[in-house]
Amino acid sequence: MTIKHTAIASALVAAFVAGNAAAAEKLTIATVNNGDMVRMQKLTGDFTAKNPGIELEWVTLEENILRQRVTTDVATKGGQYDVMTIGTYEVPIWGKKGWLVSLNDLPGSYDVDDLLPAIRGGLTVDGKLFAAPFYGESSMVMYRKDLMAKAGLEMPKAPTWDFIGKAARAMTDKANEVYGVCLRGKAGWGENMAFLTAASNSFGAKWFDMKWNPQFTGEPWKNTLNYYINLMNDAGPPGASSNGFNENLTLFQTGKCGMWIDATVAASFVTNPKDSKVADKVGFALAPDTGLGKRGNWLWAWSLAIPAGTKKSDSAKKFVAWATSKEYLALVASKEGWANVPPGTRSSLYTNPEYAKIPFAQMTLDSINSADPTQPTVDPVPYVGVQFVAIPEFQGIATSVGQQFSAALAGTITADEALKNAQALTERAMKKARYIK
Amino acid sequence: MTNNNPNYNKLIVTLFAWAIGLLIFFPILWTILTSFKTEAEAIASPPLFLGFNWTLENYLEVHERSNYFLHFWNSVVISVGSTLLGLLIAIPAAWAMAFVPAKQTKNVLMWMLSTKMLPPVGVLIPIYLLFRDFGLLDTRVGLVIVLTLINLPIIVWMLYTYFKEIPGEILEAARMDGATLWSEVIYVLTPMAVPGIASTLLLNIILAWNEAFWTLNLTAAKAAPLTAFIASYSSPEGLFYAKLSAASTMAIAPILIMGWFSQKQLVRGLTFGAVK
Repeated sequence: MTIKHTAIASALVAAFVAGNAAAAEKLTIATVNNGDMVRMQKLTGDFTAKNPGIELEWVTLEENILRQRVTTDVATKGGQYDVMTIGTYEVPIWGKKGWLVSLNDLPGSYDVDDLLPAIRGGLTVDGKLFAAPFYGESSMVMYRKDLMAKAGLEMPKAPTWDFIGKAARAMTDKANEVYGVCLRGKAGWGENMAFLTAASNSFGAKWFDMKWNPQFTGEPWKNTLNYYINLMNDAGPPGASSNGFNENLTLFQTGKCGMWIDATVAASFVTNPKDSKVADKVGFALAPDTGLGKRGNWLWAWSLAIPAGTKKSDSAKKFVAWATSKEYLALVASKEGWANVPPGTRSSLYTNPEYAKIPFAQMTLDSINSADPTQPTVDPVPYVGVQFVAIPEFQGIATSVGQQFSAALAGTITADEALKNAQALTERAMKKARYIK
Repeated sequence: MTNNNPNYNKLIVTLFAWAIGLLIFFPILWTILTSFKTEAEAIASPPLFLGFNWTLENYLEVHERSNYFLHFWNSVVISVGSTLLGLLIAIPAAWAMAFVPAKQTKNVLMWMLSTKMLPPVGVLIPIYLLFRDFGLLDTRVGLVIVLTLINLPIIVWMLYTYFKEIPGEILEAARMDGATLWSEVIYVLTPMAVPGIASTLLLNIILAWNEAFWTLNLTAAKAAPLTAFIASYSSPEGLFYAKLSAASTMAIAPILIMGWFSQKQLVRGLTFGAVK
């Protein structure tokens, strides 16, 4: 080999090595499609500028498809994703199974103590934080101030179910397609069962007793379901058994609902004059109760977690810390205004005077603080979760129970039949899963 | 009282056919129209048909947020690749079943078809583990293999039906003229079955293009086709109807155009042997 050939070969080897050394580490991030997540994708230039050795690759999917995908991947250690967006339901189950990387070693500047206690509690298993909250939400009452005034009523800050029933019936004007209340009716564990499970807590109901026996035939569940069906028959929109979040959002935004009890995140949609015809007429109140000590609101957080199968956990932690930091909230505020900052994760956001000007900020915080996932019901229960039961079997059971309740709302079976069927199918599933004999 | 005027009857049938055609096409038309509306107009009540402010905003946003051409290219490679690979396997298989049937040929055909009755989710975990161990997750090669396998029964069945229509005597004559097995298949059988092969090819490209279980579950970012592109614009919490419609229009446009130009072959393929 000549000197010239040796030099060329050396240069090629050096270039190859340098090229490899300079190659950035690519993180694949699986996420849901919602406004806050889409905004984060647009702002990731800030992260990559601060971390030049890391590139980001996004997989955005509809919530149910995403859940199926990431569950398959994390359970089989497929290693397709380095960061996953998961909910409060998955974190306790996956954390216990050892499928997630602990985030207890995030840097001190992350200020983990600033996370809202209720949200942080739902993402912690045995003292280990397994996911960092990206945005948190509860549920609350959104109502039309003009229709309430027309009905001669005034919404209290913390209404009872009795008041909601009275107001809904008074606001209803079916001839003009105005319905007093819009509630979820579409069957699904994250649809009607999220609402009904949270509401049932305030009626003193629970899914299971301390020995995991289903409780649907008890008086509290009967009261919950009968109240819901009667109210919807009297003051709900037609075809309510097909309505989920988006359908009710459409009805409310087009002026057809007097009240809507749903996710706090909806507040930014219904007050946005670009999409909502009633943007300047919306008031907010806490979810109702019956005076038993629990309100009918849920607690949820979309959070970023790192699957145990990833080989890039250090870079993934850097990204998670960036996306859920105080600095990220300030970045969103500087680019898109405080109304677009992901809500419900950090205490410091709610002490910020700029954010306090947002009309629904305080009510969102109060709603989140009034939910306790570790003690969700009036009586003690063996499970964690406000609008769900954090056991792997819950999705399947609750979807089947949701179908029964949706059928009762549609009038194809009675409330008693729905409860009896719910009891039987839950008992069967719990026996099969060996919680009970 | 009946009207025996042939023109009148023809007019009635034509109007009826148009009405049915428009009814079937309406969801696609509505998707296309919604893609040009704002999100507020997309949910307006009563619905707006044509009287809205036409905008390209949704297309611009979809284009800015997603890499459409990567998803499009993945769809092309996966659908065309799996169909060609399927034909390569299915032509000899269908030839054997049509011209050299054995006692169990009918049973084998029924068994092949029965595999289509299995819910795909039932084999998701085993296939996912195989893909993981062979490094096929999120690869186009992996999807070509899996889509070939799931569409193979349909390809074999369709080709078998066409081949059965070809007189065996022609092949025998070729054999007597000294044609080898391969010459017989390539130079005699295939040219005669071109219309059937073409319609099978087109139908399977459409099936593979629209497949949304395996393509969603076995891909992440690199090999995700247009089905994943559409799924990224659907959301149970938040209104994305106009953007979802724009994404859907972009995803169905290529296959719709292909279907339009090849409708004669498709109709011929789907009705072949239907009337005897």
